[in-house]
Amino acid sequence: MSLKRPAKEQPENFEFNSSSLEAANNIISKYPKGRQQSAVMALLYIAQKQNNNWIPLAAMKYIAKFLDMPYIKVYEVATFYSMYNLSPVGKYFVQVCTTTPCMIRGANKLVEACKEKISENESELSNDKNCSWMEVECLGACVNAPMMQINDDYYEDLDKEKTLKILDQILKGETPKPGSYRGRLNNAPENNRKTLMDIKNA
Amino acid sequence: MLKDQDRIFQNLYNDLGSDLISSQKRGDWVNTKELTNKGRDWIINEIKDSQLRGRGGAGFPTGLKWSFAPKEVGSRPHYLVVNADESEPGTCKDRDILRFEPHKLIEGCLIASYAVQAHVCYIYIRGEYFVDGQKLQAAIDEAYEKKLIGKNAAGTGWDLDIYIHYGAGAYICGEETALLESIEGNKGQPRLKPPFPALIGLYGCPTIINNVETLAVVPTILRKGGKWFSSLGREKNTGTKIFCISGNVNNPCNVEEEMSIPLKELIEVHAGGVIGGWENLQAVIPGGSSMPLIPKEKCETLTMDFDSLMAEKSGLGTAGIVVINKDQDIIKCMARIARFYKHESCGQCTPCREGSGWMWRMLERMARGEASKDEIEMLGDVTKQIEGHTICAFGEGSSWPVQGLLRHFKDEIKKRNNFDPVIKENKEIPYLVDQHLLDKNA
Repeated sequence: MSLKRPAKEQPENFEFNSSSLEAANNIISKYPKGRQQSAVMALLYIAQKQNNNWIPLAAMKYIAKFLDMPYIKVYEVATFYSMYNLSPVGKYFVQVCTTTPCMIRGANKLVEACKEKISENESELSNDKNCSWMEVECLGACVNAPMMQINDDYYEDLDKEKTLKILDQILKGETPKPGSYRGRLNNAPENNRKTLMDIKNA
Repeated sequence: MLKDQDRIFQNLYNDLGSDLISSQKRGDWVNTKELTNKGRDWIINEIKDSQLRGRGGAGFPTGLKWSFAPKEVGSRPHYLVVNADESEPGTCKDRDILRFEPHKLIEGCLIASYAVQAHVCYIYIRGEYFVDGQKLQAAIDEAYEKKLIGKNAAGTGWDLDIYIHYGAGAYICGEETALLESIEGNKGQPRLKPPFPALIGLYGCPTIINNVETLAVVPTILRKGGKWFSSLGREKNTGTKIFCISGNVNNPCNVEEEMSIPLKELIEVHAGGVIGGWENLQAVIPGGSSMPLIPKEKCETLTMDFDSLMAEKSGLGTAGIVVINKDQDIIKCMARIARFYKHESCGQCTPCREGSGWMWRMLERMARGEASKDEIEMLGDVTKQIEGHTICAFGEGSSWPVQGLLRHFKDEIKKRNNFDPVIKENKEIPYLVDQHLLDKNA
């Protein structure tokens, strides 16, 4: 189990803005009547997106009222799942996979790059408060190891040099191109393809 | 090697595009109505004939699972839930289906929903796959627009709604009952079985839960026939499977191959061989991190299917193959996997919550050579106390890889950790050691 702590400094109030409200109502309609609690995970995402990538306690209270469920149940969900950030992580949130398949292909070099460029410790904001990084468990792109995720996008087939370049870009406020950084086609074997050749050459 | 025309996922690498028109060119949605017109029993029997086993890890026969759904819909509606919470380290096959072959999955959902009489289908995608989930959503929207799902889906007379539910980074939600808890808006903690979800599942209603790959192969099986599928591979281990080959190989890749293919062929032919040559191979994790590793000697002749791996005290699992060569410290590799399980334990059952942390800390010390001789036996004992003593299979998943390490690399651990403990003869002091360790007959 992982340890999660809500941020010390919390905003007093939180409310969905109009676009969040529309998205929230849209999501509730996916579930049967009386089962609106099912929407809690999606609503936490919406709150996180609206509030600069993290969820304040006020948002949990707001969502609890919104879905007519106890506050503690929302708190339980927000602390159980690792993708809800309970303290500020910055505009660019870098997650480096370090589980075994990535580890044996050099994920520690990516961690070094993050330490050099962003901050000495994980879950610590960079100097300009725009960026933070953390080690995470398997992100499910093992044949593209080592890899990392920045916000929603996957950056694959990396090494230290490529990671440093990507981090430079985000620190300048640019969004680098996601995908493989060795220029290979998705999950196909690089320069060694033996299958579906007719389709490839078509 | 499997012939290209027998590959189900023609767009595995996205040479062709994943939109509806390209998918239809590949044969998706062409005669869905004809298939469902043959009736539920025909569909379920054809899947039974194909001997398709679930692709999510456990390998349960799919046709049999579908036949568990109640024959008549009572007061409670039926649900179909798709497990796309792919989080097993070493596995990245479902992601490719979501982003490159979404229509195979959607059509599979329609046919399965028809077979188990569900009008609503939830696809549970891990939160990290948000971008891939958006691609699937685009395909769902396209399918709604062309009336392939929704009211009278694809002219079959069956109504079906498909919704995506995103997870939020909890490995345990890949366990089917934890997944249901998660959809209901709770912490993802597994439920006791029985009752099984086929009778009491989502919102207390009959629910059939299948993996993405399982459902995505269903339309092709029905079109080409269960006999065609069962002619590939061998008895009870039939068909094709997407293998993910990662780790220390020259060309890590996903590839669809015939079941029972030799492991060596997968590594040498498709993945370009082990880095440093076959002689440099140390061990292979054959089916995602939960499955015990297999040492090099056995990799020479090993074939990749459910039963032959079971005979080696391992398992096919999700077919996520992690190749580890001799440049790696095998104890460190397993310690990292143990850390994964310690991080992902849901905390519901004590043996798993505490034990996964013990295993991790012991392995970390063993990797550094700071453990004492008897701790090696103690570690084995801890795994036995976890295995079989938890609500869900996470207990097995976390202890099997450690058991695999102890089974095949005990000498390596002993070589590194060979000092005697400080307290040697005081084992009769009850508060210093666990009592069960003293009982020789236990």
